Amino acid sequence: MTNGGTPRVAFERFVERWLPQIVVSPLFAASLFFVYGFIAWTVYISFTKSGVMPNYSLVGLLQYERLWSTPRWYVALQNLFVFTGLFIAGCLAIGMLLAILLDQRIRAEGVIRTIYLYPMALSFIVTGTAWKWILNPTLGIEKFVQELGFPDFSFDWLIDPHMAIYTVVIAGVWQSSGYVMALFLAGLRSVDDEIIRAAAIDGAGPVRTYASIVLPIIRPVFLSSVIVLAHIAIKSYDLVVALTGGGPGYATDVPATFMYSFAFQRSELGVAAASAVMMLVTVMAIIVPYLYSELRGGRK
Amino acid sequence: MSESGIVRRRSAGHTLLRILLFAVLGLFCFVYLMPLVVMISTSLKSLAEIRTGSFISLPKEVTFDAWGKAWSTACVGVRCNGIEPYMWNSVVMVVPAVLISTFLGAINGYALTKWRFRGANTIFSLMLFGAFIPFQVVLLPMARTLGYFGLAGSTYGLILVHTVYGLAFTTLFFRNFFVSVSDGIVQAAKIDGAGFFPIFFKLMLPMAVPTIVVTVIWQFTNIWNDFLFGIAFTVGDSNPATVALNNIVASSTGVKEYNVDMAAAIIAGLPTLLVYVVAGNYFVRGLSAGAVKG
Repeated sequence: MTNGGTPRVAFERFVERWLPQIVVSPLFAASLFFVYGFIAWTVYISFTKSGVMPNYSLVGLLQYERLWSTPRWYVALQNLFVFTGLFIAGCLAIGMLLAILLDQRIRAEGVIRTIYLYPMALSFIVTGTAWKWILNPTLGIEKFVQELGFPDFSFDWLIDPHMAIYTVVIAGVWQSSGYVMALFLAGLRSVDDEIIRAAAIDGAGPVRTYASIVLPIIRPVFLSSVIVLAHIAIKSYDLVVALTGGGPGYATDVPATFMYSFAFQRSELGVAAASAVMMLVTVMAIIVPYLYSELRGGRK
Repeated sequence: MSESGIVRRRSAGHTLLRILLFAVLGLFCFVYLMPLVVMISTSLKSLAEIRTGSFISLPKEVTFDAWGKAWSTACVGVRCNGIEPYMWNSVVMVVPAVLISTFLGAINGYALTKWRFRGANTIFSLMLFGAFIPFQVVLLPMARTLGYFGLAGSTYGLILVHTVYGLAFTTLFFRNFFVSVSDGIVQAAKIDGAGFFPIFFKLMLPMAVPTIVVTVIWQFTNIWNDFLFGIAFTVGDSNPATVALNNIVASSTGVKEYNVDMAAAIIAGLPTLLVYVVAGNYFVRGLSAGAVKG
């Protein structure tokens, strides 16, 4: 027994010394496997001739050529640009406006803030279901306005291939603008009151005070908001599914629904993987520089 | 105490601006509340009233039939048991996934900040990246991996998926908190002979309670509201509530029952809504941490 003691003590010392690494390694390994390993697999598959089943023989850029010669992919990309652009613009404009208005010492601020932000707690599926009903071409807003005395009023964006993507924008902005409001409000609260008072003494009106003094100070909030919103927009899948199902036809397809459809319904694994890689590259182009600067900034 | 804000001078203009201010704020309150009110009021109407009345009018005769149907007899695909079993699926999935990912994130954040070893920052940066990938890029390999381990189409598989991809966020939350905790406390405990785990459980976790709440709420909301993983990795009986809701609404057989759709949507959204109402401040803190700013 006395012989066995020393190695055991040595082992315990070893464990004690390396415990933090021992705890972190399985988590890090899981991240390497499930994030980087999986990305590598998807990237690899995008260079193979995989169809219904994965096939590991390489065919170069064939799947990317097929992807970029699919009209549906162009529809998805166009929708993504329209949706992302309007979604970000809408959320920023409304979020910023509400934050500035709420910053004017409003008595009921807490309640109002709660109302503006609650959609963020809902699933996009719930939001989509609600708006699908409100925008219902026969029983929703259209009928309401017709009965107000405008019998020729027509509002059928939900089933109009050219307009349906805008219904996704409406529901998306409704859900996420409160988030931007919260980010901006926090930013506004961090601005020193002295600066605002000094501006007032110098005779700057409210619009000028905000436009040329307060908003420039909280410029980082713009950046964070745009990044977060772009990220939500590119990943958004559930809102489109719930609201339009990608339709009519595939008029409201976005890359996320395109990828899902090619992966799980049409069993074109190669094309699906190629589209997923395109999404990843887009997100990385936005997020990596941002994360890099954030992490460096946080370390100073 | 402070005189911030755009409107300072007391005058007729002041009063007018204040009125305008409240009008705009009130208008937006209406815009944000309208869909919820419409959902509730539609769910309390009969189908006949929905057809004849306008979508925004309040129910003339309140009936809870749609709620009963949504809960226990509405058809999700071919099964007509309502949304209830799927709510339980979501509960069974969300509770372990939230607890495990929060705990692992806590210990990970602690180890990476209070026992700074070589490469800790690199490991953190690499893991953080996982929070921002579009999940489409892991769907195919994940489906194969779950199939390989016999977890395809099961709630266990979904727990694993949510734990793994939630880890980046939970680690971020706890790392940001533990970075702000003074190293001196940990050093003192080390000198007293306390080890890695005693310091974590007895010293760090009690301090981190607010962060735990923020993380649990964040994870609960995200996992409960998830749709992509749910639809990709579960089938029929094991669907979470969001997928079941979408199936109820999208079902094209028979008469479209908007009141049942709305009741089902409210039921599926209620858990996260309640959490928000009860713990809104923590929810907001999670949101702003989600923008990386700690």
